[in-house]
Amino acid sequence: MKLTSFLERSRTVAGPGFSRWMVPPAALCVHLCIGQAYAYSVFNLPMTRLIGINESAPDDWKLTQLGWIFSLAIFFLGVSSAVFGRWVEEGGPRKAMFTAACCWAGGFFISAIGVSIHQLWLLYLGYGVLGGIALGIGYISPVSTLIKWFPDRPGMATGMAIMGFGGGAFIASPLSVWLMGKFTTSTHIGVMETFVVLGVVYFIFMIVGSIIVRVPPPDWKPEGYVAPVQATKMITRNNVYVYDALKTPQFWLIWVVLCVNTTAGIGVLGQASAMSQEMFPGRITPIAAAGLVGLMSLFNMGGRFAWASVSDFIGRKNTYFVFMVLGLLLYCAIPHTGSVGSITLFVACFCIIISMYGGGFSTVPAYLRDMFGTQYVGAIHGMLLTAWSAAGIFGPVMVNYIRAYNIAHDVPKAQAYNTTMYIMAGLFVLGFICNLLVKAVHSRYHMKSENEMSAMAGKTVGNAAGA
Amino acid sequence: MENTNYKRTTTLQLVLAWGFVGIPLVFGVLKTLANAMRLFQ
Repeated sequence: MKLTSFLERSRTVAGPGFSRWMVPPAALCVHLCIGQAYAYSVFNLPMTRLIGINESAPDDWKLTQLGWIFSLAIFFLGVSSAVFGRWVEEGGPRKAMFTAACCWAGGFFISAIGVSIHQLWLLYLGYGVLGGIALGIGYISPVSTLIKWFPDRPGMATGMAIMGFGGGAFIASPLSVWLMGKFTTSTHIGVMETFVVLGVVYFIFMIVGSIIVRVPPPDWKPEGYVAPVQATKMITRNNVYVYDALKTPQFWLIWVVLCVNTTAGIGVLGQASAMSQEMFPGRITPIAAAGLVGLMSLFNMGGRFAWASVSDFIGRKNTYFVFMVLGLLLYCAIPHTGSVGSITLFVACFCIIISMYGGGFSTVPAYLRDMFGTQYVGAIHGMLLTAWSAAGIFGPVMVNYIRAYNIAHDVPKAQAYNTTMYIMAGLFVLGFICNLLVKAVHSRYHMKSENEMSAMAGKTVGNAAGA
Repeated sequence: MENTNYKRTTTLQLVLAWGFVGIPLVFGVLKTLANAMRLFQ
């Protein structure tokens, strides 16, 4: 059997008797692997000592140089999901997952060569560019497939996969540290070997996912599921073509909502450790702060599944209303937790905020499906992920620069984050308004069926003849 | 080319597929939970 034939979409159409519950593990095979991106920072410090071994030598890479690897990967995640979204949708999930596996493993192998010969540009190319492309393709493909398999519970289904993206770091972080420990000697840091092993393991995992994955046959419905005869106001039964979706205000409103939610989440996620120690000096130690980061990661992952599942019952728009209102209240409350010295309240606020950050990612594919239909949801989702790339810049920049500005103007460290918290709260007001403005997509954007097209053609001919 | 693989999914296949992804995930979650407990020590 030829590989190209095996990867074809038509070869992945499920036969009778195939259980749709095989698809979430296939999706998780990919998402758990690419979720490693969240744990990439474990390599940063070891890579600053590749030459000096015990401490950085003058020729060793700097943390600022290494920081670009992750930024590039997230940038290419957004770009590739937007550029390849339509190809992913039309080529089918197996081809996309196979491509993502090759790019992801290839990225690790190129990075390993880069570490071996100490050429940083190879890491930019390998993990940054190639890995980023794998992130984009690998992220959207399983999500779009799951939406088609679970028309009755799209939120829960996509929540399961995107939960895997959040959980990937839990596996990658201890695994990478353990591998580096095994390969490190007194004269060598074992980053290169760790990259090779991870590349092989991830490739196998992702290939297993691509073998398991199936798409439902046309007009397939789950047993006992009856699609609503009349489309509800906020859930369409029509489809919108990917490039037409970009012309709708709904797409851009949801883009802003996702960007706001992600900016707020990323802003505190990266700074939680430092922020907690500065707001509670002497009470939260560096070890306890590391525990807080771990706890937040668990809420980030759990929120992806929990909020997306909740959205199946209360609706996507209402779920985002909860995010915006609760986010506003919690961000306003954080400075007060510092002033009253309540660590419990502080931790609770952060954990809920981070659960909504994860929930924002996992609920949005189902929101898009409600607005634009299932046919091009993967491609439209890909376009929307540019909001993530934008938030990846806004969030950390806002937190870091506003803190630096406050400290430069003699604001005590414990209060240096207050302004940022209030600005984040303000962002949620913007998100709330945008979410409020989301209405059903106008019928002029709906894709026409073949019958409708012929009827329209007939009408046009008739009008022309009558004219 | 149409798919001709019309085999019914067995319970064993489901258990294997979920175990393949579930076991590493549970391992990672437990490890993270153990680290997170430091916050309360």
